[in-house]
Amino acid sequence: MTAVLAVVGYYEEWWIQVLKAIVIFAVALQLVPVVLLAERKLLGRFQSRYGPNRVGPYGALQPVADILKLLTKEQFRPTTSIGFLFALAPLISILTAVAAFAIIPFGDVQRIFGTPVGLYGIDVSIGPLYLFAFGAIAFYGIMLGGWSSGSKYSFLGAMRGAAQLISYEVSQALALLGVIFTAQTLSLTGIVNAQAGMWYIVPQFFGFLIFLAASFAETNRAPFDLTEADAELVGGYNTEFGGGRFASYYFAEYLNVLVVSGIVTTVFLGGWLLPFGIHPPGWVDPIVVLAKMSLITFLFIWVRATLPRLRYDQLMSFGWKILLPLATLNALVTAVLVVVTH
Amino acid sequence: MWSPGEDVIEVQRTPKPGAARDAWRTFGETLRGLKTTFGRLLEGPVTVQYPEEKVPVYPRFRGRHKLHRFEDTGLEKCVGCSLCAAACPADCIRVVAAENTPEHRVSAGERYAAVYEINLSRCIFCGYCEIACPFDAITMGHDYELSDYDRSDLIFTKEMLLAEPLERTPLRNEGE
Repeated sequence: MTAVLAVVGYYEEWWIQVLKAIVIFAVALQLVPVVLLAERKLLGRFQSRYGPNRVGPYGALQPVADILKLLTKEQFRPTTSIGFLFALAPLISILTAVAAFAIIPFGDVQRIFGTPVGLYGIDVSIGPLYLFAFGAIAFYGIMLGGWSSGSKYSFLGAMRGAAQLISYEVSQALALLGVIFTAQTLSLTGIVNAQAGMWYIVPQFFGFLIFLAASFAETNRAPFDLTEADAELVGGYNTEFGGGRFASYYFAEYLNVLVVSGIVTTVFLGGWLLPFGIHPPGWVDPIVVLAKMSLITFLFIWVRATLPRLRYDQLMSFGWKILLPLATLNALVTAVLVVVTH
Repeated sequence: MWSPGEDVIEVQRTPKPGAARDAWRTFGETLRGLKTTFGRLLEGPVTVQYPEEKVPVYPRFRGRHKLHRFEDTGLEKCVGCSLCAAACPADCIRVVAAENTPEHRVSAGERYAAVYEINLSRCIFCGYCEIACPFDAITMGHDYELSDYDRSDLIFTKEMLLAEPLERTPLRNEGE
């Protein structure tokens, strides 16, 4: 079959695809409250306090309480807002986040009850491109949400978000280029398999750092959470959103953190591979991936607990004057090395 | 021309932004910050879970007032002299004195306090009443959990002040 858009690495029966989609969505849906709770508990510990510990044992039911509270709230809409866009924008955010989750590989092709199943949504030959495409659409969620609110704070937050996403997407993509040069493939499972000898965090350490920094900006998290900037912009692009719509944005934000953790795990930390030649049985693969993802998520929370928010011009000059040249240099050096060594 | 002499304060400025050295310095400082916050994570929380755990008060802590009786005779120490009311800067103490009679002896002195009220919603817990009292009849206790639903409930009468207070607050031991 000649692919029009992309070559899909591995096909299953349609019903397996549907099942996998449901399972991946369910897993993502369950992981978000965990990250939510982990963030609040860890932020507390980083600040020498307990964090939520009143709802349920050790505060374990706090996310449930949060979500219930948000979902039972009034669906408020400002009179100046643009109706259908206002309702659509959070959906775009959530949709792109879930879609991006689909290509994160949790393991190689496994035989489950005798049926070979790839432990990922889909293995496309354009993995990173697919990600960046959905990253770019995710920006519409923020932009439309801020603009359709009809509020100056939302609009300012959305404009900042737009500028931020555009400047950091470039560096993020360039940081990944080094890995793609080395792995000689765009398929994420291919990239993982290419790391059998050594994880790419070692040869591509600068690429890893640049990708991480750009990812912080891409997910709108501290220290680059300028779209929210509670101190200046009330709540940024989601100021006018309440109830379920706000919950959608919130969900998308944390799902994006998970997606980025998954991508970092896949691209730099060797996905489901373990070091020192340990080859566990196939069912361990998703656990390994989740463990590595939680490490990166911990890093996200750690950084949020540490760094203050950047000023807007600092953000821009950091993105364009430091990150972009470094990312370009990293890609160039890798390209030369790959050509020389081959 | 005036010379500042030796006492010149050197103003340390950060390097101009945009320099590569500055980026490197920022990177180092970021790592230092991460180390600092991780240290807090390892130390554990310092929170006192207040309603369940309480910080013990010092012996000289000025909490809710107590009125005292003589331990041997059981007579009230207060003789209704109103010196505490006179000393009170918040004007929250009301004393109405009455004569002791041989049939009805309440205090050890000539007179006793027929009415003794402290309006704790006005009290500033300065402890002047304690100092003013010539018989140590009123002292500051250790109870500080005094919130109530009604302002009138905060006017403590003599019976309430004489009663043995609920020991709701732990007392700090000597040297603790």
